[in-house]
Amino acid sequence: MPQLIDRLGTAKDPWVTLGAEDVLPDSGAMIVPLERLAEALDAGLELGVHLPNDTDPAGLKPYFDRLSLISVGFPSFSDGRGFSIGHCLREFGFQGRLRATGPVISDQFDYLLACGFDEVSLPDSIAERQPLEHWAATPGRISLGYQRGLAGRGSILDARRAASYAAGRG
Amino acid sequence: MYRYDEFDHRFVNERVAEFRDQVERRLTGALNEAEFKPLRLMNGLYLQLHAYMLRVAVPYGTLDSRQMRMLAHIAETWDKGYGHFTTRQNIQFNWPRLKDVPDILEALASVEMHAIQTSGNCIRNITSDPYSGVAPEEIEDPRITAEMLRQWSSLHPEFTYLGRKFKFAVTGSEHDRAAIKVHDIGIQIIRNEAGEVGYRVLVGGGLGRTPMIGKELRAFLPKADLLPYVEAALRVYNLHGRRDNKYKARIKILVHETGIDEFRAQVEHEFATMDRAAVTAPEGEMERIAAYFAPPELATKPPAPVEFERMQKLDPDFAQWVERNTYAHRVPGYAAATISLKPIGGAPGDATAEQMRVMADLAETYSVDAMRVTHEQNIVLPHVAIGDLYKLYRGLASIGLDMPNKGLVTDIIACPGLDYCALATARSIPVAQAISNRFADNKRQREIGPLSIKISGCINACGHHHIGHIGILGLDKAGVESYQITLGGESTEDARLGDRTGPGFGYDEVPGVVEKIIDTYLDLREGQRETFFQTYRRVGMEPFKEALYATAD
Repeated sequence: MPQLIDRLGTAKDPWVTLGAEDVLPDSGAMIVPLERLAEALDAGLELGVHLPNDTDPAGLKPYFDRLSLISVGFPSFSDGRGFSIGHCLREFGFQGRLRATGPVISDQFDYLLACGFDEVSLPDSIAERQPLEHWAATPGRISLGYQRGLAGRGSILDARRAASYAAGRG
Repeated sequence: MYRYDEFDHRFVNERVAEFRDQVERRLTGALNEAEFKPLRLMNGLYLQLHAYMLRVAVPYGTLDSRQMRMLAHIAETWDKGYGHFTTRQNIQFNWPRLKDVPDILEALASVEMHAIQTSGNCIRNITSDPYSGVAPEEIEDPRITAEMLRQWSSLHPEFTYLGRKFKFAVTGSEHDRAAIKVHDIGIQIIRNEAGEVGYRVLVGGGLGRTPMIGKELRAFLPKADLLPYVEAALRVYNLHGRRDNKYKARIKILVHETGIDEFRAQVEHEFATMDRAAVTAPEGEMERIAAYFAPPELATKPPAPVEFERMQKLDPDFAQWVERNTYAHRVPGYAAATISLKPIGGAPGDATAEQMRVMADLAETYSVDAMRVTHEQNIVLPHVAIGDLYKLYRGLASIGLDMPNKGLVTDIIACPGLDYCALATARSIPVAQAISNRFADNKRQREIGPLSIKISGCINACGHHHIGHIGILGLDKAGVESYQITLGGESTEDARLGDRTGPGFGYDEVPGVVEKIIDTYLDLREGQRETFFQTYRRVGMEPFKEALYATAD
């Protein structure tokens, strides 16, 4: 059973992940594979889709209104394409829940949040070695970053500007 | 030079704490070695053949004496008393213990230094021209832009798990001393026809196993667009760069396979559609950084002091050192002096703790406290009054760093090779030492003139052999070291990749082979002023090939 972690801690996953061969139900919260998105659109589901990380995220734009969740694949923690995909989905205007699915590590949690993700779905092999307290300790470990325009993490550049104004030098 | 404010200090201190915690989690097993590896690499910590190696970032090669003294302290306290300056203008310590590394990082943080992203598949130390702020033809000090990029690239959440490493270089002069054409992204500060200062952006250069010369991505980029533009380029690379083969994962392969025009179209599309305002540095930030790089106030000095002229006549060695190792400063009466870390028979780029301390003292006394590490693995004191050069020279002589060989045949670049590196397939330092000994005679070096020899101990090309006038690549052929030779490489604005002479040579043969190449050049050159590179460009490979292989047929 994969472990679901978000800013608030662990949670029971309300979503069911549909396999390629599974029968499509007509109710419930389902994450469907990308190739089954078309058939799932008209079913009466709370709908999520799984996007492999070699897929153009722009292809999902027409379905944003229908999608409550997008799960982005991280086939390994060192394959960082998903960070850019998350950023792009937010930039395209996706407002639903954004999930990173795969063996990411707790040291990446802050980066995932900054790229617009809300949660991670971890395989047991990682979850066993990396208890929740490791994940809870990550956000804010670097309190401000140098980049601007990111979710969750404040920017040193903006803080400098604010400090400069406050000191009357602005 | 740039100084940390409260935010920079906090950032680096938090990073040290984070790494300390990561080391602890590795020791408890919460992180396995595969997971810990990229984390330690992003803090500059490699596992070498015999021990860990820690690579410390020297942003754009700029150091002050306090920092140099700390490097000496680290070498003595946690290493074997020396350090190795690298072709990325960094310094490496070859023998630290894992448990000491957090303490070393803390010591570095106390002098505004770190080891962030000196390794790993992320944006590496930003390199630049060692004569920044010195060169008369410079349009703007490139370190302002390099510092902007250093901050932007530090722990960038989106670009820290790239397909492969990513290297930026910035030059502020048309004469390129930063090798921008062989970087993933090379930036040249230019002035457009309207007189505005901006950037020419190159992409897809690099060495390694598939060497390529960078192509023009943008002919003119307004300065204010720097961060969103590089962010757009990195995003296209991160999304589309190959992940199936680490040897094809650099941006140069993506640009090559996509085609520069299509790649440019993708970057420009991303740049046009992204939220640029959210990424762009706030107004005033670049000016804030620029203020740190304002030219130092240098007292007016005579351009040619009598005493200086007299000492050159009295001490011919000094005169030679002045001729080879100094560079005309934009301020009359001053020069930039190169401290050669290439003593005859030495390991290129190595310096002992004592040498570091004396260099720090000399920089403090004679060069407004400033030093630069060069990608040729030397140290530059950028602002020395000409009248002080002799005192500086005597100080360097006291620690054996008075070699007048900058740019000459013994000013060799070499990677650590099989003496240290786990990736190496052959030795490089002993090859450099053997060549250095062979050409020890100073008169002979001067007779040969400007010539760069660059040696790599494996195909990854850390010794930049492709862009050496004479490049030497050490390979392993069925358990025996074999050295491939290339001729006619060049790293400047005339950058080109060297051409292979033919089959490789044995370890013991290399000095003789280099000698044969040089003798061939001396026979062929049209007058003393024609350099090796010029002669090679004029006559081509054939005569060299004949000299090297004819007897073997």
